[in-house]
Parts: sequence; structure tokens; C-alpha cells
Amino acid sequence: MSQTALASTDEVTEVVAIDPTAPPPMSRAEKWRRRGPLLPALVFTLLLTQIPFLMTIIFSFSRWRLLTDGEAQFNWGANYVNVVTDGTFWRSVINTVVMTGGTTIACLLIGLLMAIFLNHAFPGRGFARTLAITPFFVMPVAATLFWKSAMFDPSFGLFGFIARSLGLPQVAWLSEYPMAALIILLTWRFVPFALLILIAGLQSAPQDQLEAAQVDGANVFLRFRHVTLPHLRPFIELAALLLAMNLIQTFGEIALLTAGGPAYATTNITYYIYLTAFQSFDFGFASALGVVSLILTIALILPMLRLLSGIFKTEGRA
Amino acid sequence: MTGQLTETRVIVTKGGKHTRLAQARTSKRKRWVSVGMATGAWVSSMLLFIPIAYMVLKSFQTEQVAANATPQLFFVPTLEHYVEAFESGIWPYAINSFVVVIVSTFVVIALALPAAWALSVRAIQNPQDSLFFFISTKMMPIAAGIIPVYVIASQLGLLNSVTILIIMHLGMNLPLGIWMLRSFMQEIPHEILEAAAVDGASSWRVGWSIVLPLMRPGIASTALLCAVFSWNEYFYAANLTTTNSTLPLFMQKFLSFGELYTAQVAAVAVVVSIPVVIAGWIAQKSLVRGLLFGAVK
Repeated sequence: MSQTALASTDEVTEVVAIDPTAPPPMSRAEKWRRRGPLLPALVFTLLLTQIPFLMTIIFSFSRWRLLTDGEAQFNWGANYVNVVTDGTFWRSVINTVVMTGGTTIACLLIGLLMAIFLNHAFPGRGFARTLAITPFFVMPVAATLFWKSAMFDPSFGLFGFIARSLGLPQVAWLSEYPMAALIILLTWRFVPFALLILIAGLQSAPQDQLEAAQVDGANVFLRFRHVTLPHLRPFIELAALLLAMNLIQTFGEIALLTAGGPAYATTNITYYIYLTAFQSFDFGFASALGVVSLILTIALILPMLRLLSGIFKTEGRA
Repeated sequence: MTGQLTETRVIVTKGGKHTRLAQARTSKRKRWVSVGMATGAWVSSMLLFIPIAYMVLKSFQTEQVAANATPQLFFVPTLEHYVEAFESGIWPYAINSFVVVIVSTFVVIALALPAAWALSVRAIQNPQDSLFFFISTKMMPIAAGIIPVYVIASQLGLLNSVTILIIMHLGMNLPLGIWMLRSFMQEIPHEILEAAAVDGASSWRVGWSIVLPLMRPGIASTALLCAVFSWNEYFYAANLTTTNSTLPLFMQKFLSFGELYTAQVAAVAVVVSIPVVIAGWIAQKSLVRGLLFGAVK
């Protein structure tokens, strides 16, 4: 991270040194005049994100159970020991990885396939695409409640009816395969998101290179593999990053579809923090959970950030 | 079009009866491929849309018809659930939703426009650092900061208020707004701005009468995306408000009845989703641009 940042700064200084048209170094007053328009947004975001974060760190070192303790008391990091030795916490970490990873991969695969289909001209293409992207706009809480009663229910749901019609056994999705049910619902909701980004990628594929490859006798598969896919890579990466960023925070679908159950089978980190904070009212433990989950998220997302800085660089070069 | 062009080119370069036969064969295969592609597109799009179509269908059924284990395609439609939806106390929630969405989106744009200006047109040094800071706040687990927000809000008497939701939605959408608006601003040709500056226009003037009009589509799609996220937001609503809240929390009440009334849920779900779905349909093209954050060009 810092290495890339350093490298890019070096590049900039070099360019300034060589480029004769570069602006002269700014005066102090000019620097502040330029910073001025940024400050309201920056100060607001700093206040709104950093103060709660610092307070979470402070809370995380205290014994503070709202229902029994009343006042918060410093407890020498006992919360962190509890977090690390808490089986349910690790279960929620694994659930988060399975839920986020599974849905992201499913969205990218289905999204890519659909983007390839929809990139071909055919009558009614605009209408088909409009149908396909609609799930992304339906209010998630509303969609989740509807799926719960009208799709997943073994006797009244559409899945149950389809299974019966095909002579398959009825599946009580929410109690037997709750994680699969959640991934299905989340995939349905986020495929349109991946689709929109990947279609944009396909539409900007270099036509001249594709034609040249065709003239050289490359078949569809070879052209896709060697021309389209490399072009699509940053789009796939960006879609993966945005999907993961959204999905790691999943809360509403869990709260309404499975309430984290059965037996914590679908509790992710976000939902576990919610349970300890607002069901057990153990603010100290919940804060420690928050800090540990932040560290884990950073560890998970840092590689992705590096990727984003790669996107930055290409943009800078263009 | 391009395909035909290429074919002619191949024939010209290679010529001969043999190649022409091969061409005929490929073009036949090509037609099958494109029929297959169109079928795939329709089938997959329909699969994604079926739950929504099913939801609309159920919303017009009576509860008895909806509770049938076999989906009923033919029935006497009823509007009773829509009537109920509007009579079951939806209005305070709907008004709150509109207030939160409109105020937070407006303030996001008002704060993000000058910030985007400072990060692109008349740029500060190392704008990347600030951009990274903004996007990094989106990567923090929202649950990690909710307890202090809850404590502060309760100290200030802001729990169960629209104000706290507006503030949190601002924090949620501001990074997105800044990233999107900056990317739209960078597309404005520098020559135009320079020419205006040479003509003696102040940077306030350049911003107001040149950049702002050019930014209109960008502002529209940024605002739309922020509004969609704000309209659908559930986590803050669920944790910071109870009775005086937005539509997602109104929706959630249907769960606490113990048993879900499918047709009633479907009707309310249709009602609360319609504004955003229609907006999304209209703006789908510019949304793609927005979703890309302008990060990939």
C-alpha cells in the first residue's frame, strides 16, 4: 500500500521536474484556497466516522452491560480475550466469509454469462435487460419478506411447488439449508449490480482488436480468452470489490429471513455485533467485536485496495 | 454489420470456392449462436424477474387464493390489500422516507460538488489521499460504529428521530457522491475551463456558469443513486429508530404479526418499491456510469 503510494508520488515529482508546462509550486495561501471547498465534506466525514471509531475502541476496553452493570468500568482488555475465545464469534467470521465469498462468486459468474448473452443484439434486448436489473431496485426488506413466505416456504412457496411438480422432495430451505437460502436471495438481489458493470465492460471492448483476431482465424473462445477477458479484468475486479464491500455488511436479509439462525448458522459478524449490542446489551463486548471485525475486514480488503490503487494508476496514465 | 465486413475481407484475401463454402457454414453457425444467445438472455432475465412478477400477481389475490399451495394464475383480482396498505398507517413512514431521502441527497450533493471541484478541476495536491480516505470509510463494518452513534444520539435526544437518519445517510452516501461527481467533472474538457479563465472569469464564475450546467446529467445520476440507497436503507433505521421511522421499518412490522400474510406483504412491497423501481428503469443507462464510480475508463 504505502509502497505504491510512495511510487506514485515519486512519479509525480519526476514529471513536475521534467515537464516545462507544469504549474509553479503553490503558495501557502493558494493551497488553502484550493483545500477550502473540500473541507466541509472532509470535516463532516472525519467527525462522523472517526469519532465513533475512537469511542468504539474506548468502549471495547470496558465492562459495560447495560442491563446489569449500569456504569462502564475499565476491564483490561478482558473483552478481547472473550472475543478471541468465543466460538460463536469465529463461527460468524466463517459465515461472513462463506456468505460474502459465495454470493460474490455466484454474482460474477451469472453476471458475466448474462452480460455475454445481453451484449448480442436481438429484438427486445432493452426490455430483457430492464427485467433483469429490476431486483436490484426493489426494497430489500420488502423483497426479503416476500421471499420468506412466497418463495422459500416448503408448502406454500414457489420453490416447494416446483419441487413437487418435478417429483422432487420438498425442502424447508430456511431450517435445512439456511445459508444456501440466504446466498440464493443475495445472489438474486446483486446479480443485476454485477451485470450492469460487466455489460459496460463488454460494450467498451476493443472492436478493432476483436476484428483483427477474427481475421487471423481466432475462434470465438480464443477471442474471448485473449482479447475480451483481459479487457474485462478491471471491470470484474471492480465488481468484485463493490460486491464484497456491500455483502460483508449484510444485515437486513439475515434479520428478516433467518434471524441469524438456526443456532447461529447464518449469523455474520454484523449481525453478531447487533445481537450482542441490542439484544444482550453487552456494549463492551460488542465494541470489542467491532474492533476485531474491523481488523479482519482490513486484512481481507487490503489486497482489494491495492487492486483499486492499480485502477487509479491506469486512470492517471490515461 | 462488422461481421459481414470481416467476411468480405477474408474472401478478398483468400478467395476461392472452398473458403466461400466455409464462410456459408460459419454464417449458419453464427445464426444459431445468436439465437442461442437471445434465448439465454431471455431465459435468464425472466428467471430474475419471476419473483417480482409473482409478487405483483400475489398482491392482487385474496389471502385465501394466495395461501393455495399451487400458484394460482387465474383469479378474480382484488384491490383490498392496496386499500389496506394505504390505510394501515403507512403515511407517517412514507413522509419520513421522503424527508430523509430528499434532505440527505440534497446535502450530499451540496457537500460533494465543492469537494469534487477541489479534487479535480482546481486540484489540491495529492487528491488521491483524500479520495482513498473517503472510500476507506465505506469499507468499515457499519456495525463497528453503531454503539457510539447510539450512545451519542441518545445523549442528544436524537434517537427515534428523522434527524439522526439524515445524518447517518449523509455519512453513508457522501463518499459515493464525491467519487461519482469527481469522475464526471474530470470528463469536462480542460480547454473550456482554461479559455474561460483566460477571458477573466473568476473560478466561482467558471464553476457556476460553465461547470455546473455541464454537470447536470452527472448530478442527476449521482443524486438518483444516493436516493435509492437512502430509500432502501434498513440498518440505521432498525437500530436508531422505532416508531418514528422510514418505510423499511414499516415493512418490518409485518414480520411481528407472527404469521406473514403473503398477499398483504406483496401489496405493501409493491407500493414501497415502485418509486425506486421506476426511477431505476428510467435511469439505468446513466446508472451504469455511476456504478462504475468513474474508476474504470
